[in-house]
Amino acid sequence: MCSCCEKKSDLSLLGDVMKKYAPVPGSLITILQHAQEIYGYLPVDVMYYIAEQTGNSPAKVMGVATFYTQFRTQPVGKYLIMLCQGTACHVNGSERIKATICETLGIEDGGTTADGLFSLKTVACLGCCSLSPVMMINEDTYGSLTPQKTIAILNEIREKEGRA
Amino acid sequence: MKIVVGQGSCGLAAGAGKVYEAIEQRLVPGVELGITGCIGMCYLEPIVDLYEGETLVKRLVRVNADNAEAIVAAAQSGDLSGVADIAITADDESFLTQQTRIALRNCGVIDPTSIDAYIAKGGYEALQKVLGGMTPEGVIDEIKVSGLAGRGGAGFPTWFKWNAARQSPGEEKYLICNADEGDPGAFMDRAVIESDPHTLIEGMLIGAYAIGAIEAVVYVRAEYPLAIVRLENAMAQARERGYLGKNIMGSGFSCDMRIKAGAGAFVCGEETALIESLEGKRGMPRLKPPFPAAAGYWMKPSNINNVETFANVAWILRNGGEKFASMGTENSKGTKVFALTGKIKRGGLVEIPMGKTLREVIYDIGGGIRDDKEFKAVQLGGPSGGCVPAHLLDTIIDYRALGATGAIMGSGGMVVMDANTCMVGMAKFFLDFTAKESCGKCVHCRLGTKRMLEILTRITEGEGKEGDVELLEELCLGIKDGALCGLGQTAPNPVLTTIKYFRDEYDAHIREKRCPAKYCRSLVKYTIDPEKCVGCSACSKKCPAEAITGERKKPFTIDRDKCVGCGSCMATCKFGAISAE
Repeated sequence: MCSCCEKKSDLSLLGDVMKKYAPVPGSLITILQHAQEIYGYLPVDVMYYIAEQTGNSPAKVMGVATFYTQFRTQPVGKYLIMLCQGTACHVNGSERIKATICETLGIEDGGTTADGLFSLKTVACLGCCSLSPVMMINEDTYGSLTPQKTIAILNEIREKEGRA
Repeated sequence: MKIVVGQGSCGLAAGAGKVYEAIEQRLVPGVELGITGCIGMCYLEPIVDLYEGETLVKRLVRVNADNAEAIVAAAQSGDLSGVADIAITADDESFLTQQTRIALRNCGVIDPTSIDAYIAKGGYEALQKVLGGMTPEGVIDEIKVSGLAGRGGAGFPTWFKWNAARQSPGEEKYLICNADEGDPGAFMDRAVIESDPHTLIEGMLIGAYAIGAIEAVVYVRAEYPLAIVRLENAMAQARERGYLGKNIMGSGFSCDMRIKAGAGAFVCGEETALIESLEGKRGMPRLKPPFPAAAGYWMKPSNINNVETFANVAWILRNGGEKFASMGTENSKGTKVFALTGKIKRGGLVEIPMGKTLREVIYDIGGGIRDDKEFKAVQLGGPSGGCVPAHLLDTIIDYRALGATGAIMGSGGMVVMDANTCMVGMAKFFLDFTAKESCGKCVHCRLGTKRMLEILTRITEGEGKEGDVELLEELCLGIKDGALCGLGQTAPNPVLTTIKYFRDEYDAHIREKRCPAKYCRSLVKYTIDPEKCVGCSACSKKCPAEAITGERKKPFTIDRDKCVGCGSCMATCKFGAISAE
């Protein structure tokens, strides 16, 4: 492993997951899902470890991790904004909501604010089409968004975190 | 009385969880509290039903936590006057009464967390009938009589796939359910799993018996956490009652079931890509043949159907294939579920017999266009489908008739658009989606969609050239012919249909640098009417580009060079002084 990847994650946290899934063929995606739940994202050293334990090449593990939108190879902010890009949201103005979030937070899609508070990720349909345009911030869903409403929601979180 | 709170994902997003908690805190003896799944009237969520025994006494809509006390009081006394203001209107009730529900028969009716609730509605009777004396061939024949076709989009006859998997040699066979509902704008499969998980289990078990599968796997979209929880719970209940696992109901037939959570890739809705993903790989489609019926999951004979298809199976076996086939048209039998969304008054889940017209669904059931605007087009089938214009509103819902318009039946997304939707923008939206979701295996799809997206982007930015439309058409045909899987082969449909029906909009963008729907940012010019402007300065404060200036109490002006076309000024102005052209 090259020096740039030498971040020391606590690999023992994966012990139970590996014991259960490593011997089962075809479990790579499941293992990566558990790993992401544990670490919040997929650190490179964790992917190397999974490759070694499952008998896959690191390239294959990385290939799978970058193929699926669910997986992240970078840490995300405390509040992950998932903005729906479904058809109904598009028709009801999700582009403007995206522009509002980007302008308010000063980040692009996929980016994280410098203070590590927010990350923005556009996602395929969240399936709450009647509430469109919709976004989820961590576990909470916010519907019928307008630019004004979106700014108010973001400011409320900032205030709660003492970053107003 | 019993209070039942609708708790599908849409309801929960609208606040049904808080409503439930508020009612729970105020609950009094003699009043019961329960949950149900998605009622399908998304536009009225959160919904609370009042039941007397099995009878629905009153449906309350757009409920919030503040209504909890009145609801409990009404349920206790039976006097509904206190909740009259939130009671559903007769007009809204017609949203449901105009439907024929088979796949959704229990959705919003039963408690999805209770196997007894499912059994009380005749659940698992079909499985009992099948295992109690029907041969696998008999089951396949019944499905053949019903005319059931794949509801995931392709519309392939279900019996044919089952029969092919049945005939395939080998002891180890798999039955797979495609619950990777990726079409943006479709959510009926999620509703079925969240609201009636046992119907999926029963349908899959019947399918497993028919093809001779040893195991059944449900591939669920990772974005559907609630569906996964409810299905897991239902599987545990079925296992405990002997409906799932070894020697089911003493018949000698054994089949277990498990869930595999997807990880977010639209292409995994394609059956061979789904199989690759099940095997823990990148979800890239395989070359066909061999078809999954011969060599699928781990190269063993496999059969894949989607959720809605399976949701019809138990009903068909219980009521007979002929009854199912008596609904619909010559070439499309039974019912189809649509997710009606977009610029529609009443959005939600609609299940209707095949053969109804688009107009009936959009106007009679959906109540027409929001704010009574003019209907422009309806998008069917998501990124694989197309836009059907106003003059084809009387097209019947039938695989062949919809196919003739250039759109497809698809999985059932039905997104309604009004005059404010730019059709070139719509085509760009879908190409942006398919270009991102293309797995990259074949060149036609990987590069073709990207080139098309580039052309569409420049048209919407006012940089379109003469010949761009023809170039798009040429690329469309190349991708249709050359792409490896359904994702690529159908990716041009949104572009082809918008060119076919809305060529004038493309021309306006290219030749006049004008967006008729006033949607494309680069082409819209905002102006302030000095007659109407009172100089309140609200717009200049909202403008992110500082393009609006002026003196208070005098008309303001917009600097065209600085304007980014975001439209916030127009949305802010209370005097209607700002217009777009």
